[in-house]
Amino acid sequence: MATFVEPPIPLKEEQRSAPILVTAQPVLQVRGLVKRYGPKIVAVDHVDIEAYPGEVLGIVGESGSGKSTVLRLLNLEEQPDAGEYRLNVARSHVQTCERVNLLALDRPARREVRMFHIGIVYQNPHLGLRMRNTSSGNVAERLIMAGERNYGKLREAARVSLAASEFPLGRMDDPPSQLSGGMQQRVQLAKAIALKPALLLLDEPTTGLDVSVQALVLDTLKRLQRETGVTMVIVSHDLGVIRMLADRVMVMRHGRVVERGLTDQVLEDPQDPYTQQLVHAKL
Amino acid sequence: MKTVAALAAPNAGYSYAFLDEFAKRELRRRTLKAIAIPGYQVPYASRELPIARGWGTGGLQVTLSLVGPSDVVKVIDQGADDSVNAANLRRFIARMSGARTTTDALAATIVQSRHRIPEERLREHQALVLQVPDPEPLRGVEHDISKAREMHGEADYGLLWLSLYEQLVRYRRVTLGASYPALVHKRYVMSPSPIPRWDVPKLHQARHLTLLSAGREKRLYAVPPYTDVRPLEFDDVPYRVENQRDWTCFRTGLRHKFMNEIPQPGGGSTYEISDTGFVEKVLKQTSGVSVPSATLRGSSKTPEVSTGATYYDDEGRFYLDGYLR
Repeated sequence: MATFVEPPIPLKEEQRSAPILVTAQPVLQVRGLVKRYGPKIVAVDHVDIEAYPGEVLGIVGESGSGKSTVLRLLNLEEQPDAGEYRLNVARSHVQTCERVNLLALDRPARREVRMFHIGIVYQNPHLGLRMRNTSSGNVAERLIMAGERNYGKLREAARVSLAASEFPLGRMDDPPSQLSGGMQQRVQLAKAIALKPALLLLDEPTTGLDVSVQALVLDTLKRLQRETGVTMVIVSHDLGVIRMLADRVMVMRHGRVVERGLTDQVLEDPQDPYTQQLVHAKL
Repeated sequence: MKTVAALAAPNAGYSYAFLDEFAKRELRRRTLKAIAIPGYQVPYASRELPIARGWGTGGLQVTLSLVGPSDVVKVIDQGADDSVNAANLRRFIARMSGARTTTDALAATIVQSRHRIPEERLREHQALVLQVPDPEPLRGVEHDISKAREMHGEADYGLLWLSLYEQLVRYRRVTLGASYPALVHKRYVMSPSPIPRWDVPKLHQARHLTLLSAGREKRLYAVPPYTDVRPLEFDDVPYRVENQRDWTCFRTGLRHKFMNEIPQPGGGSTYEISDTGFVEKVLKQTSGVSVPSATLRGSSKTPEVSTGATYYDDEGRFYLDGYLR
């Protein structure tokens, strides 16, 4: 059985001093991603994505710009029409993962990659959670899928993971249907990070929560990111969320990337007319 | 010995053993495939029979495809040979095939059963045919049957363990009674038909062939002789059979066999071994009467009545050491 709890990889001395974009290989490399629905709709049109270790990449855009589709493609839920997708993970549970185009893998291999290397938090908790099972069971599911067959260890791992996402442990055996929206998102987060993935995908994780709970969930995300150094891709239409979390940002419109750059740079000094419109379109 | 043609003659309107030759050939081919891939559910064309779907048509079709005039057939329903359903099936099989019938599990070549595996250890050259109402072990966790098939294909059985986890969290024990899912030959998880947890270990490295057939669901699967069958369990929460430690059979005085609980007017219960054929043998053996077995119709000599080795000994230990922790 694979060991699934791994310590974060310590950085070498020279890596600490030099900028990470210079020394590190990107964790996530996507080239020429295309996804069509039917003959007319091009949801994602030749999108390139790179994300470096420990980086938070934001994707913003209006509804229908293809940002959620990109995330579903990154989560290997759907098969794109063209493109390459590589995930360079430091220590691979799956032999096939390194330097391999994930989109060319067969289904069991894709499932394995999704399980070990990718975590996802959906906007709608019904997509990511089994509402009738217990919350701890939802988290334990990931470990069961990875082959853990020890009940005590499953309980402990679920507890650790839920604690890391600041979930009140007194309620760990309540089903998510009885939890508040913020708690449901924390359960999703705990499930996503249970196996210490290389890549964490967040699809509008705080949309639908009220502002105070939103702030708490964002705090948790930020702390997790700092402590585990996980690479995140966060999709949001809320520029506030992007500004708080993301290091770099990609602006999407009609399935294309219209602008990309450092978050501060793009949001303070947008070059593309659409981005300018987006930044100034605050109520 | 009568010939097949002579046996079929009184029922000239039917093929031998009721099913036509094409149907029997199909069933035999499916059976061979099922035996070749232990635990894999093979689809088959379930035929019309003079009993309704859900009353053992799956088991009956397999039995009819196997049976020959020299076979000896035993039919069990909930451990009883004399229930209406068992009696009807047994009479039908005998009429249509000319096979002899018995209630002695060890004398039979084909044992068709519902809900129980006999207490006595079956041997090589015996076939146990189990009637299955629901062949899909994943039904409880995945309602989409085509998705469930994909999960079987990828040996993706995590959700079954998740349901065990949920039961342990909520009730502190596994609440599955019958149909406890079991991993066959380290590959496919099967539903061992609604036999009690007590009976599932009997399939592990069994000397006999087990065929499981669901007539309504049109699925057939098998456990060949000497094949691993492991009920799903956590490393630290071992599989448990029903706890009937303090129950004593009121007819035989035996313990550590699977019992029926019979409620009494006063509010208490008495218990009876849930295997009438075995109970009859024990009673005959203890009374010392060597009566000619009335149940063995057409047999020329009177067999010595002696019970065979059972799966669980008198202390309740399973016969394979180290299987039940």
